[in-house]
Amino acid sequence: MDLLIVLLVVLAVVVLVSAPLRAGRGRTEGEEASEVAELEAAKEAKYREIRDAELDYRTGKLSAEDHAALDRTLRAEAIALLRRLDALRGRPGEVG
Amino acid sequence: MATVGRALLLLGLAVAFYGIAASVWGALRRDRRWVDSGRRSVYALAGVLTLAFAILEAAFLRSDFSFAVVASHSSTTTPAFYKATAAWSSQEGSLLLWVWLLSLWSSLVLALTRRHVREIAPVATAVLLGFGAFFLGLTAFLANPFDTLAAAPGEGAGLNPLLRHPSMMFHPPMLYSGYTLFSIPFAFAVGALVTRRLNAEWLLATRRFALAAWLCLGIGIVLGARWSYTELGWGGYWAWDPVENASLMPWLIGTAFIHSIMIQEKRGMLKVWNASLVLATGTLAILGTFLVRSGILDSIHAFGASTLGVPFLVLIGTMTIGSVALVTARRGDLRSEHRLDSLLSREAVFLLQNLILVALCFVIFWGTFFPLISEAVTGTRTSVGPPWFDRYTVPLAFALVALAGLGPLIPWRRTTLAAARRNLAFPLLVALAALVALPLVPGARAQPTALAFMVVVAFTLACIGQELWRGTRARQAVAREPAPVALVALVRRNRRRYGGYVVHAGFAVLLLGVAASSSFQHARDVSLKPGQSARVDGFQIRYVRATAHPAAEKISLGAVLDVSKDGRHVATLHTTRGFYPALDPSLGIVGRFFNGEAESEVGLRAGLGRDIWTVINPDLRPLQPVIDEGNRRFRTAMTALLRGRGDRRAVAQLFALRDAAVAGVARRFVTRPWPATFRLIVSPLATWIWIGAIITALGGLIALWPAPATARRRVTAGYAARVARELARS
Repeated sequence: MDLLIVLLVVLAVVVLVSAPLRAGRGRTEGEEASEVAELEAAKEAKYREIRDAELDYRTGKLSAEDHAALDRTLRAEAIALLRRLDALRGRPGEVG
Repeated sequence: MATVGRALLLLGLAVAFYGIAASVWGALRRDRRWVDSGRRSVYALAGVLTLAFAILEAAFLRSDFSFAVVASHSSTTTPAFYKATAAWSSQEGSLLLWVWLLSLWSSLVLALTRRHVREIAPVATAVLLGFGAFFLGLTAFLANPFDTLAAAPGEGAGLNPLLRHPSMMFHPPMLYSGYTLFSIPFAFAVGALVTRRLNAEWLLATRRFALAAWLCLGIGIVLGARWSYTELGWGGYWAWDPVENASLMPWLIGTAFIHSIMIQEKRGMLKVWNASLVLATGTLAILGTFLVRSGILDSIHAFGASTLGVPFLVLIGTMTIGSVALVTARRGDLRSEHRLDSLLSREAVFLLQNLILVALCFVIFWGTFFPLISEAVTGTRTSVGPPWFDRYTVPLAFALVALAGLGPLIPWRRTTLAAARRNLAFPLLVALAALVALPLVPGARAQPTALAFMVVVAFTLACIGQELWRGTRARQAVAREPAPVALVALVRRNRRRYGGYVVHAGFAVLLLGVAASSSFQHARDVSLKPGQSARVDGFQIRYVRATAHPAAEKISLGAVLDVSKDGRHVATLHTTRGFYPALDPSLGIVGRFFNGEAESEVGLRAGLGRDIWTVINPDLRPLQPVIDEGNRRFRTAMTALLRGRGDRRAVAQLFALRDAAVAGVARRFVTRPWPATFRLIVSPLATWIWIGAIITALGGLIALWPAPATARRRVTAGYAARVARELARS
C-alpha cells in the first residue's frame, strides 16, 4: 500500500513537471519582452508618483507652484517612458 | 505511513534538485519550456510536502507513538488542539513546517509572476529551490520527523507544558512564514543582480511579499511576546533573549527595505542600499533560524544543542559572501539615477530612518552575539542584559517614533520651510500640550525619559491624525461625501500610503505601552497564607483561598485572589501552577506526579488604564514527607503484586488507589494550606502594547491588500489619457 501511494505521487510529479517539455518546441524569450516589462513597471511607478504628488498638493504639503513644477517634470518623465515603450512595440504615436 | 513520509522527503529533494537544474538550463538557453518545468517543480514540491506534513499531523492526532517525534513530543492526555501544534514543537517537525511554508509561498509568488520578471524568475526559482533543498536535506538526513521506534511505547512524553498556549498554534507558523517570505525578495534580488535587470520591475513583483513577510514576522513576534507575558510567569513580554532578538533583526532590516524601495521605485536611487538591505534581510532570516536550532546561544525558545549548526553556518557563509560578491560585481549597474534634491524631503527622512533601523539591528546583533564575541576574545563567555540593550535602543526608538510622524508630513523631492512650518504647527502644539499635561499625572515626574517618550508619541499621533483629516477634507472637496465615507474612500484608493500611516500610528501606540508599562510598573514578590493581603500600587490583593484540581493531564494548584482599591472590589483573579507527570520512574510512583515539568496560568485583569497581573508559585516542600510515604507504600504494594504475578484487576485497582492518593496529596494544598509565593504586578497601559500591535497589523493588511481592479484601471486610464494629451501637444 505504501509503495503504491509513493508510486502514484511520483507519477503525478512527473506528469506535472514534464508537461511543458511534452508540449512541443521551445519558445525563446526575446530581449524586447523583458525591456517592455521593465518599462511598464517604470510607467506604473511614474503614474503612482503623479498621483502621490497630487495628493500631497491637496493635503497641503506642496504649494500650487511647487506642485505645478513637479507635475510638469513627472509628466515629462512619463512621456519619455511612453515614447520608449512605443518605440519598442513599434507603434509610433500610440500611448497608454 | 512513516515509510511514505520518508519517501516523500527524498522525492521532494529530487524534485528540488531537478527544478534548480531545469531553471538554470532554461535561463541559459532562454527556453520557456525548461523555465516552466522548473517553476512547476516548485508547485510539485509544495504538493509533496503538503502530503508529508499531513502524514505527520495525522500521526500526532492519532497518537501514533511508533513515530519517534510523536512519542517524545505528545501523549494521549495532550488535548487535540495541542496535539496538532506539537508537530512544530520538535526540531524535526518545525524544519518540515519551514520547508513546507517555503514551498507554498514560493509557489504563490511564481504563479503570480509567471507573466512578469521573466528573466529574473528562473534564477529566483533556482535560489528558492536551493533553500528548499537545504532544508529538505536537513529534514531527510539529520532531523527526520518520520524516524520510527523499534517498539512503540504505550504513552508519549507529552508536550512541553510551556508550549500549551493558544499563541503556540499561530506563533511558529507566523514566524516561519515571515522568514520564508523574506526568502522571496532575497531570491528575486539575486535574480535581478545576476541578470542585471535592476530597475523597478522586480521590486514591483516582490514588494507585496516583502510586506507580507514583514507583517507575518511582526505578528509572530507579538504572539511570542504575548505568550511570554501570559505563560512564562515572570510578568514581562520581552527579555532581549537571543531567539527573540533573532526574529527582531530581520524585521528591522525588512522595515528599512520596505521604506527604501519606495525611493528606488520613484527616484531610481539607493539601488546598492536596497540590494544590500534585502540580501541582509534574507540572510538574517536564516540566521534567526540557525540561532533557534543550533543551541549555540542559551535561550528558553531554542531547541537546544544539535548537529545542525555546521550546515547552517555553511549556508549563512555562502549567502553572505555571495551577496557581497554580487553587489560588488554589479555596482556599475546599481548607480543611482538621481541625487537627493533636498534634506527637507521624504527621501532624506526615509534615509535617516533606514540608518536608525540599521543601527538598531547592529546594537541587537552585537548584544546577542556578545557571549560568543567575549568568549573568542577573553576566553570567558559574558552576556549583556536588558539594561545594556535599553541604553542603546531607547534613544534610537525616540528618533524612530519621531520620524514615523515626521515622514508623512514631508513630500517627495523637496519642501519649503514655510510648508514644513505649516504642516508641523498642529503636531508641535499637541506635543507641547502633552509636555505640559503629562507631568501633572501623579508619579509621572519620577520617570522623565518615559514622559519625554510619551510627548514624542503624542507628536507622531498628531501628525498621522492631521494627515488623515487633511486627506479626508481633500476627498470631500472633490467628491462631496460625508467625512466617514470620504475617509474610507481615501484609504481604499491609496491603500499603500494610508495603510502605512496606520502602521506608524499603531507602532507609536505599541511603544507607548512599552514605555509606560516598563517605566511605571509596580511589582512585588510576596509570601501569603489564605486570608492575608499585600499592597501593590494602591491595590489591596487578598489571598482568598487555595484551589487544587488533580487530573490525568496535570495537577493544578492555585489561588483565588481578591483585588480591591480604597475598599471597592476591582477584580477576582485565579492563578494556578500546573504540574505535569514526569516519566522518570526514579521520582517515585506518587512523586513523579509532582516533580515533572510545570507551567503557570496567570491571573490577569487587563484594562485600558492598567493590567493587574498575578502568578502563584506553590511551595511543594511541605508535601514531600507525604509524597515520600506514598512512594514507599506503593512501591511495597507493587513489589508484592509483581512477586505474586498479580492479575490485571489487582494492578488496575492499585493504579486507581494511586490516583486517589495523588489527588488526596494535592488536596492538602486546600485542606491544610501553607504560605505560597506570589508575584504581583501592576502595569500601566500594558494593554496598549497589544492594541498598538493590532492597529499595526491592520495597517499592514490595508497596505498589503490589492487596490480594487476597477479603481486601478480607472486611475491608469485617466493618467494615460492625460499624459497622452501632453504627448500630443509636445
